[in-house]
Amino acid sequence: MLYFSKFRIFFIFLISLLFILFASSNIFKFTNKLLNKKINLGLDLQGGSYLLLEIDNTPIIEQKLQNLTITIRNYFKEKNIKIKNIKLNNQKLSFTVDEQYKKIILDEFSDEESNINPYYQRFKTHQLDIIDSNNSFTVSYSNQGIIELKTSSQDQALEIVRRRVDEIGTNEPNILKRGNDRILVELPGLDDPMRIKSLLGKTANLTFRFVTNNTEDSFGAEKLMYEDSTEEAMVSKRIILSGDNLLDAQPRMNNETNETVVSFTLDRVGAKRFGKATSTGIGKQLAIVLDGKIISAPVIRDTIASGSGQISGGFTFQSATDLALLLRSGALPAPLKIIEERTVGPDLGQDSINAGMIALIIGFFLVILFIFIKYKIFGLITNVALIINLFILVGVLTIFEATLTLPGIAGIILTVGMAVDANVLIFERIKEELRNEKNNLIAFDSGYTKSRTAILDANITTLIAAIILFFMGSGPIKGFSLTLGIGIFTTLFSVYFIARLLTVLYVSKNKEKEGLI
Amino acid sequence: MIAFNKYYNKFNILSVSLVVISMLFLLFKGLNFGIDFKGGTLIELRSTDSKINVSSLRDNLNQMNLGDISVKKFGNDTDYLIKFEINDNKNVIEEIKTNLDKSFGNNFNFRRVENVGPKVSAELLRSGIIAISVALALMLIYIWIRFEWQFSLGAIIALFHDVIVTLGLFSLLGLEINLSIIAAVLTIVGYSMNDTVVIFDRVRENLRKYSDIKIFDLTNISINETLSRTLITSVTTLLALLSIFLFGGEVLKGFSLAMIFGVIFGTYSSIYIANTVLVRLNVTQKTVLREDSKN
Repeated sequence: MLYFSKFRIFFIFLISLLFILFASSNIFKFTNKLLNKKINLGLDLQGGSYLLLEIDNTPIIEQKLQNLTITIRNYFKEKNIKIKNIKLNNQKLSFTVDEQYKKIILDEFSDEESNINPYYQRFKTHQLDIIDSNNSFTVSYSNQGIIELKTSSQDQALEIVRRRVDEIGTNEPNILKRGNDRILVELPGLDDPMRIKSLLGKTANLTFRFVTNNTEDSFGAEKLMYEDSTEEAMVSKRIILSGDNLLDAQPRMNNETNETVVSFTLDRVGAKRFGKATSTGIGKQLAIVLDGKIISAPVIRDTIASGSGQISGGFTFQSATDLALLLRSGALPAPLKIIEERTVGPDLGQDSINAGMIALIIGFFLVILFIFIKYKIFGLITNVALIINLFILVGVLTIFEATLTLPGIAGIILTVGMAVDANVLIFERIKEELRNEKNNLIAFDSGYTKSRTAILDANITTLIAAIILFFMGSGPIKGFSLTLGIGIFTTLFSVYFIARLLTVLYVSKNKEKEGLI
Repeated sequence: MIAFNKYYNKFNILSVSLVVISMLFLLFKGLNFGIDFKGGTLIELRSTDSKINVSSLRDNLNQMNLGDISVKKFGNDTDYLIKFEINDNKNVIEEIKTNLDKSFGNNFNFRRVENVGPKVSAELLRSGIIAISVALALMLIYIWIRFEWQFSLGAIIALFHDVIVTLGLFSLLGLEINLSIIAAVLTIVGYSMNDTVVIFDRVRENLRKYSDIKIFDLTNISINETLSRTLITSVTTLLALLSIFLFGGEVLKGFSLAMIFGVIFGTYSSIYIANTVLVRLNVTQKTVLREDSKN
């Protein structure tokens, strides 16, 4: 255990130096691209928001099943089968047919080639499940069908969320999928978390529909509230234009009315439809509906053929900016709900950094002092190894551009406290060996050898705890397990290479000295 | 040499009663779960106006019908921690801000806001329990591979002791259990195991060396031989933890406190629980020799 070849010494020296160089790139600026890496600060240290959003897929499922009623009816009409009593209830469709057609219906639904019920070859299952109960059929989404539906709405929602966040222009947002109906948004250094929360909470489903008095409208009509008052109006369900037709939207100042408005530009299809609707509907009120509430319902005075227009609705400049942003980035496929939020202000983050650093420095100093008093020259060796250990740990975190959190700093401090354990085990063992062995070299050698299994076992158990934390924990806790886990490896390196090398150098010079340790 | 083995029985009785008392506390008083596991909202405020105090803040917030609300000083004299139950109102933070601004002027800095919904808190609790269980199971397996089953049993009983007594102490003192406490408990598990393994390693080595010494005395010899290491490592770890506790800020207080308890219990249990299990199972040289021949 006590022999080091020249090559090995050089190698240890090189590795230590390399990591120290990487660690120092957090303080100095290197022009070299490879070296210019930094540890990322977690949201708890630099301030920012962590938002976990959940997609409420119920409206989508209901909508799809609603569409399916028509599809089923038409599909079987071609086969001269009359679907009767088709109803949507509790995310299930039920209908009845005449007795002699029952088998055909079941065959169609279980046919792998049929268009009515897509078959997922990979999962060996259909999109829809059909149950034949007494005299009616019940159709609902199969497990896989629900998963497919959720995944696709998650993809769409992710895209929209990303657009909205990008529009606000925060630096380096992190937007990730979680499960099949959640989206994780991490926004570092955000000034106004309330604004982004309200922006992400809006579906932004925009429609232009005529106000109608005629409840017998062939498309049906519904009573909707105004956004800024308790008034209601009857609005046709026929959609003239939707948010999909928008090319652009911007907040503007209307010079005539001195009011903030949102001006929009329509695509070709939209412009055509808008022109037609405004020419036939002069004198009528056109309601602009956002997420089920009327923003405003101006009276059409003229045909608008230019494909652009304005929405007014008593906006402030801020609310007009936000509405324009929402319209530009598009509507979410389904409502999003914020189910977890953690926001840290920038000054608390800075306070945490300061507190963490002070704790690290004091903890480090106390440990170093204690070890030096306890072991003198070997304490010094341990301490040198400990300092290099800390640099290597920071260096590794830098190379991986890992995220440092406050619990992560705690993990580093804890590593400092526990890192000396291995050296203590070795030195105590050497002391024992020296009681029966007069030869320093032999005693040191067997001290290292005999303590090895205990050190390995002890570190593996801590590593197990760190790994579990890494996979089960979230955010800040992950940071703790990361530093604790990497700390185990850097500790072993510093103990078995750096501290041992220094010990060997010292002992080989003081072979004959008694009471060495 | 200190005769640790003289007190094996006494400390075993003490440990059993501590575990029983802790269990009773956990059963009847329960744990003070934070919003991570219970759901709800937490706001850390800093006021710039020294006239504002806890009771005026509480009175003001009570008028907002937020349900069970707690207002506490948090570290600093001007810092407050507000906690309340799950609230369906999406804009509750904004409303509190408006309300406080109206009543006290624009004197508040919202330093931290945490909001955990019921679904998420249930998941966090479940994954916390799974994490601790998986950790205990993996430790058991690891020790079982490395040692004989008697050692494995001793180590696991010691681990359960540490976890239960630490949680019992948290229940007794009414300290909050949040995500970082789970991290602390897992680290305690690692640390306690670490300590136990070092002593067990020595017990095994001594079992091979001395055939004529009974396990009762043999564990005592092993404890003594590793004692200085046990103490030094505990001291350095406690120094590091104490420095986190005192200087690491309010957020890490609960975490470092749990760790401090855990390190003390872990050190104690490695000596007085893990070893006594070996004694009570009457481990002999044969136990380890059988293992050797197996390999």
